[in-house]
Amino acid sequence: MTDLTSFSAAELAGLVARGESSAVEVTQAHLDRISAVDDRVHAFLHVDTEGALDAARDVDSRRAAGEPLGPLAGVPVAVKDVLTTKGVPTTAGSKILADWRPPYDSTIVRRLRAAGTVMLGKTNMDEFAMGSSTEYSAFGPTHNPWDLSRIPGGSGGGSSAALAAYETPLSIGSDTGGSIRQPGAVTGTVGVKPTYGGTSRYGLVAFSSSLDTPGPCARTVLDAALLHEAIGGHDPLDSTSIPAPVPDVVAAARLGASGDLTGVRLGVVREFAGEGAEPGVLAAFRAAVETLTKLGAEVVEVSCPHFQYALPAYYLIAPSECSSNLARFDGVRFGLRVGDDGTRSLEEVMSATREAGFGPEVKRRVMLGTYALSSGYYDAYYGQAQKVRTLISRDFTTAFDQVDALISPTTPFVAFPVGARTADPYQMYLADLFTIPSNLYGGPGISVPCGLADGLPVGLQVMAPTMADDRMYRVAAALESAVGPFTPPAL
Amino acid sequence: MTTTLPAYDEVVARYEPVIGLETHVELGTNTKMFCGCPTDFGGAPNTRVCPVCLGLPGSLPVANRAAVEATIRIGLALNCSIAQWCRFARKNYYYPDMPKNYQISQYDEPLCVDGYLDVEVNGEPVRISIERVHMEEDTGKTLHVGGATGRIHGATESLVDYNRAGIPLVEIVTKPIPGAGAMAPEVARAYVTELRDVLRSLGVSDVRMEEGSLRCDVNTSLNLPGEQWGTRTETKNVNSLRSVERAVRSEIIRQASVLTAGGRITQETRHFHEDTGDTTSGRSKETATDYRYFPEPDLVPVAPDPTWVAELKAALPELPRVHRRRLQQEWGLSDLDMQSILNAGAVELIEATIAAGATPTAARKWWLGELSRRANETGVELADIGATPKQVAELQGLVDAGKLTDKLARTVLEHVVAGEGSPAKIMADRKLEVVSDTGALTAAVDEAISANPAIADKVRGGKVAAAGALVGAVMKTTRGQADAKTVRELILERLGVQG
Repeated sequence: MTDLTSFSAAELAGLVARGESSAVEVTQAHLDRISAVDDRVHAFLHVDTEGALDAARDVDSRRAAGEPLGPLAGVPVAVKDVLTTKGVPTTAGSKILADWRPPYDSTIVRRLRAAGTVMLGKTNMDEFAMGSSTEYSAFGPTHNPWDLSRIPGGSGGGSSAALAAYETPLSIGSDTGGSIRQPGAVTGTVGVKPTYGGTSRYGLVAFSSSLDTPGPCARTVLDAALLHEAIGGHDPLDSTSIPAPVPDVVAAARLGASGDLTGVRLGVVREFAGEGAEPGVLAAFRAAVETLTKLGAEVVEVSCPHFQYALPAYYLIAPSECSSNLARFDGVRFGLRVGDDGTRSLEEVMSATREAGFGPEVKRRVMLGTYALSSGYYDAYYGQAQKVRTLISRDFTTAFDQVDALISPTTPFVAFPVGARTADPYQMYLADLFTIPSNLYGGPGISVPCGLADGLPVGLQVMAPTMADDRMYRVAAALESAVGPFTPPAL
Repeated sequence: MTTTLPAYDEVVARYEPVIGLETHVELGTNTKMFCGCPTDFGGAPNTRVCPVCLGLPGSLPVANRAAVEATIRIGLALNCSIAQWCRFARKNYYYPDMPKNYQISQYDEPLCVDGYLDVEVNGEPVRISIERVHMEEDTGKTLHVGGATGRIHGATESLVDYNRAGIPLVEIVTKPIPGAGAMAPEVARAYVTELRDVLRSLGVSDVRMEEGSLRCDVNTSLNLPGEQWGTRTETKNVNSLRSVERAVRSEIIRQASVLTAGGRITQETRHFHEDTGDTTSGRSKETATDYRYFPEPDLVPVAPDPTWVAELKAALPELPRVHRRRLQQEWGLSDLDMQSILNAGAVELIEATIAAGATPTAARKWWLGELSRRANETGVELADIGATPKQVAELQGLVDAGKLTDKLARTVLEHVVAGEGSPAKIMADRKLEVVSDTGALTAAVDEAISANPAIADKVRGGKVAAAGALVGAVMKTTRGQADAKTVRELILERLGVQG
């Protein structure tokens, strides 16, 4: 029998449903794989062996009792350590939460449990999701299974690397400026940022509230769609959650897999198709555009003139919100407390806690944001960035009058060596150049593998209008059917 | 240090005060502003909390529709415009009783703006302009343990109770009120009183100042006539209607003494002390805290449907001023009589007493007479005197039925106020009922006649006025519990004389 870790989530669910494998066997195979490779990959911060096997046994007994099972029952999933899990450590990649066990489940995790998926554990990430390489994790970087000397992207490098290393068939990420799509691209996996409000943020440790979007990660487009369907939809606990059903992303993925894109109009973002990306990335992207054309899509060039201001606008809005969101980490109610020896004032204990608990990138952004919101600077920085955000949204809606979806490379460069960009924050920020506009607009984006450059994976990004997530699934599935699969070398 | 403070009359003859009031009202919703935790007062510390009101990582607020509705109704009752679209904002500052280290409030986009409240001060109408009415969440409570004063200095540890964190608050801010002159303290009190009555009639809060469900900050400044408004101070810890008036008065006197001595007023928060009637300096606001307000990204904007707002407006209850005018008519009172009822804070008490069966005249007599006198003597609000409208109505019923004389009724009332129970029970327990048993009374009369044969003869001889001495004797033996008129009639009857 083939190793259970090589199957897709859809296949695994079928094996369990038909009784050809038990959920416990599927789970144990993945736990074994984690034991075998994760000391080298370091995708996981916490493996919940007992919890996973309990959940798997529960699925098996429900199946034995003849109870109906969901389409992902018995399938393992790894969860980015930014989503709260009741009684299971949730660190957000930060020392300040190193020992925190939340008293409640995030909505996403609650829905994963309800769907009968088996949570294997929590995956590594840049501290508070701030970074593009997982090198800013307080617990050490994750390594890219394609080349262990390279980064797996970030902030959700753990969730994507775990897929590429066959430690899990499904994982959950969160995307504030590209933290699902960029790791997907550089690990040769699929990463989806749903429409903002299409997936609940309740229980997602906040980085930037108006941008944060949890979403599915998988090795295939169909698997991502199945996971998206399981976690998406309205949540009364999140005020910004959209009160509408999830677009039919599973049907769209199946339709796309037929390889026919006749009648679909795609726009290449002119501003993202030229300079700014590595030659190998651009070559793979151009080849993918040709493939899409062959599949029947009409590809035109569209201009989004304000996208060039997306990065600076993002680096005002996201830090501003994070400076406020991270204020609660003060050592008073939960997490790390430093210097409380009875000689220091409350303010000194709060300061010492934050000084010791936050890493350099988090401090940098908290300071940036505090400055940008200060009285006298608000209009010039935060206020101005919000205006740019409106213009970028307008670029999107204008473009979507002409085309069904937009395409671009997901990220300007392939996986870079560990340590290559940590000295210069701006070089790190450039990783999200192409993904940030969707976050500012609120629309969905998907990264799907489209080729290799120097033996490393390149991702193609499809961006769709808000609540039209199904469109990008169709395009991504079609491309996948024509160019895949991309399998990393054996670990 | 001894400084002689200037007399109030001299101060207000020289300076013109400008006042302003910020009032925080705890709404009486069942659940908190942004989560489903219960709001009832009391409860063991940190038992009415959840991830949201504790600000745990990942938790998110969802606005309470009932709180939005109550705020809109307050805005409508205060003649405000209701915003068609507005947002919450974050007010960022660090304090341990604030779980997120920011408070969700409203900043430049309040739900209700530009209203007014008409009040009466000594019979004169005064219109107070309302700047804004907005929604926010309350903080937790910090308890400093181990120090002598209960304040942070000298404390060995601090405990925080988050039960109050997230309780819906409405902040009502007046525009500056110039031109009140010497009446500024009374204007402040009249405004808070009227506001409290409006809020109570809306049923949105129990508006109890002592429990903190209605909290008032008073801004005060002084200027010389014709000059610019002076620097203002904000006085906190003003926990009763009487304190509102006292706080303004004392702050006016204090500022005047500083200014007269050539000093300048510091922009600061001051604390009012109930016991001394003084204010003392709190934190200076000269180096203004930067709250870094920005629109709350976790909450969608509040956009009340105009139809809904119109429905709420149509369903507003009769507001206190209109209500009072109607009562005055029903009770047949002059403006002056009504004013004295208002000044005594007795409108609702009298109304309830009438509802319990008393006549308007009787109800007014008890509340403005005996009970007001006692309230003044003991320094409590009339409503907290210890007698309920129902008890007062019952007492009057006993008088009307001839079971109590007026004098006896006052004695019974004394025991009611002392908390001994209902008037009927007290009357029975203390044997205070009028002696109306004819047998007992006849025996007392006969005894008096036989003990005073000379007087009895005078009466028999036609000197009816002499009967007074016999009445006195009977009243003495019945310890005042007989009705003098009845006794007199009985004496004349026994002596065979026509009255």
